[in-house]
Amino acid sequence: MEGRSAVNSGGGEAVSVEFREATKRYPGAERPAVDGLSFDVPAGEICVIVGPSGCGKTTAMRMVNRMVEISDGDILVGGSSVRDRSPSELRREIGYVIQQIGLFPHRTIADNIATVPSLVGWDRERARERARELLELIGLDPEMGERYPAQLSGGQQQRVGVARALAANPGVMLMDEPFGAVDPINRERLQNEFLRLQAEIRKTILFVTHDVDEAIKMGDRIAVLREGGILAQYATPAELLMAPADAFVEDFVGADRALKRLALMRVSDIDLWEAPLAFVGQASSEIRAKLAGAEVPYALAVDSERRPLGWLSKVDLGQDTVPSRPDTDATPTLELDDVMRDALSDLLQAETRYAPVVDGEGRIAGVLSVEIISEFLTSDEALTDEHGAAERPLG
Amino acid sequence: MGLGAIILPLAQGGDGFVRDPAEASTECVAKNDTVCIGWALENIDRYVTPTLEHLVLVVVSVLAGFAIAFAMALISHRRRWLIPAFTAGTGVLYTVPSIALFLLLLPITGRGTLTAIVALTLYTLQILYRNNVTGLANVPEATKDSGRGMGMTDRQLLWRVELPLAVPEIIAGLRIATVSTVAIATLAVFAGAGGLGAEIYNDLTFKTGIVVAGGIAVAMAILFDVVLVGLQSRLAGWRKAHEAGAGDAGRFAGALARLRGAHS
Repeated sequence: MEGRSAVNSGGGEAVSVEFREATKRYPGAERPAVDGLSFDVPAGEICVIVGPSGCGKTTAMRMVNRMVEISDGDILVGGSSVRDRSPSELRREIGYVIQQIGLFPHRTIADNIATVPSLVGWDRERARERARELLELIGLDPEMGERYPAQLSGGQQQRVGVARALAANPGVMLMDEPFGAVDPINRERLQNEFLRLQAEIRKTILFVTHDVDEAIKMGDRIAVLREGGILAQYATPAELLMAPADAFVEDFVGADRALKRLALMRVSDIDLWEAPLAFVGQASSEIRAKLAGAEVPYALAVDSERRPLGWLSKVDLGQDTVPSRPDTDATPTLELDDVMRDALSDLLQAETRYAPVVDGEGRIAGVLSVEIISEFLTSDEALTDEHGAAERPLG
Repeated sequence: MGLGAIILPLAQGGDGFVRDPAEASTECVAKNDTVCIGWALENIDRYVTPTLEHLVLVVVSVLAGFAIAFAMALISHRRRWLIPAFTAGTGVLYTVPSIALFLLLLPITGRGTLTAIVALTLYTLQILYRNNVTGLANVPEATKDSGRGMGMTDRQLLWRVELPLAVPEIIAGLRIATVSTVAIATLAVFAGAGGLGAEIYNDLTFKTGIVVAGGIAVAMAILFDVVLVGLQSRLAGWRKAHEAGAGDAGRFAGALARLRGAHS
């Protein structure tokens, strides 16, 4: 698509963000709001800053574009100190999205998106072209550019907020609870859309949330802050779930962290069971023989390409040969790429214990059962490195 | 000293009594118990100059008042501690009775249009300043934060975001100030500035004269208001989208309607 290629052109390479003992003290406050924060966010990654309310996560994020002045220490964006830059020039190079979105109600969507381009002196035609391109990128009709923010739904406004932050192709984006005000269903959709978008644009993103599930879902890395703006742990989501640094992080991540790990796994990450396969037209007696002692006590009818057709019932097996239309169809059918948590929810929703898993070509790869997942959850494997020894038993 | 003792010396210098002997011959005017349309139509010429004078008084005073109140609002916008002082100051001015203000100004500006304009201007400040400040204060914090966060300077934020969003409130202030100035300007005659008040106070006993002059003033007030409403919808057309914009309830109803449509 033409718009897509242009989005990546015109500079704006993602750059790293480095916190160097960054500290914020407010006059009159006993303790710093952000205390000696040090961590590096590599270029092109999403770093989620998460923590309980009042832990200074938003303050920490706002220090990057100097919406909050740094008291001590430093923050480097693309290797150079933000303290040496003029705040307004610095901010024009850093995308900014807040929970309340803050679209300008008196400007059209296109003009809203063109805010930073016009501040940095793009001509009107180029800015409008850019707005059209970004509307397409976020999946809105470019015609919507002529509307006013109040004429859009909350989810659409939030997308426009992201498009506006991307307009001048910043290397870094700051996002403060960007999906916090959206209802849970739309939030999930916006999160997924944003992850797809990020796969394309590869910006360096600092993302603030109080929701640990959102942090685990969105983050390449997660910085957990405790009260007083102190870094409790900086790790990848899997590390955070497997090995919380201390009791605070463990408590914050939640007792259900094993369950949360399911959100980070795909069906292909787990050993699947095998069901006796019954090719259409095969003699039923052979299948009945195979069923004895099989891991899955039902036979799965497949076509000649090994694509699942359905589960065979006793009635089906009473016939001479395997029918092409078994009594029970093969729903839900899962894919190897499916996220484990979604797979579990599909199983539970269908009130079935077994679901065939297919590969990219739709051919049977194995069977996922509720038992496999529950065994995984109750094993130490859920909480430790797959190949390492158990470090902490599930309490 | 009674009010008449103050008013009469101030009011002198008008055209003299309306009902000169020649005109008084009309029966209606002589009886003076109803509005004499015939007399009004015959004498409409005599209202042209007072109306124009009135118009000038209102336009100049409101424009000058707006310029001052706007500057005060900008000054106190980033120095919020000034707001109570400015509000109190303009409030005190507003409470000074107009006749007293004319008298107080006499030694400085003398009798005439200037005195009237200075007084009328001072009267507009309270409403205009308060509405300008309210308009700026009502700009949502998130809107300002996102503007600043995208790299707007204070000045850019003010002219591109805060003032445009304050327009509805600013114009609401202008509407009130203009209409009330049209009314108060009828007292400008006591400062020797003429206007429609001259026609009213020249003969407070002549009903037709009062009704015609008063009617012109009311028409003028309505005309100004219509012009300002037009200006408002030009400058703040986005508000229509904002108000008509599907609120959550509206969206919900719309979604329900679509669902019903889909099921029927």
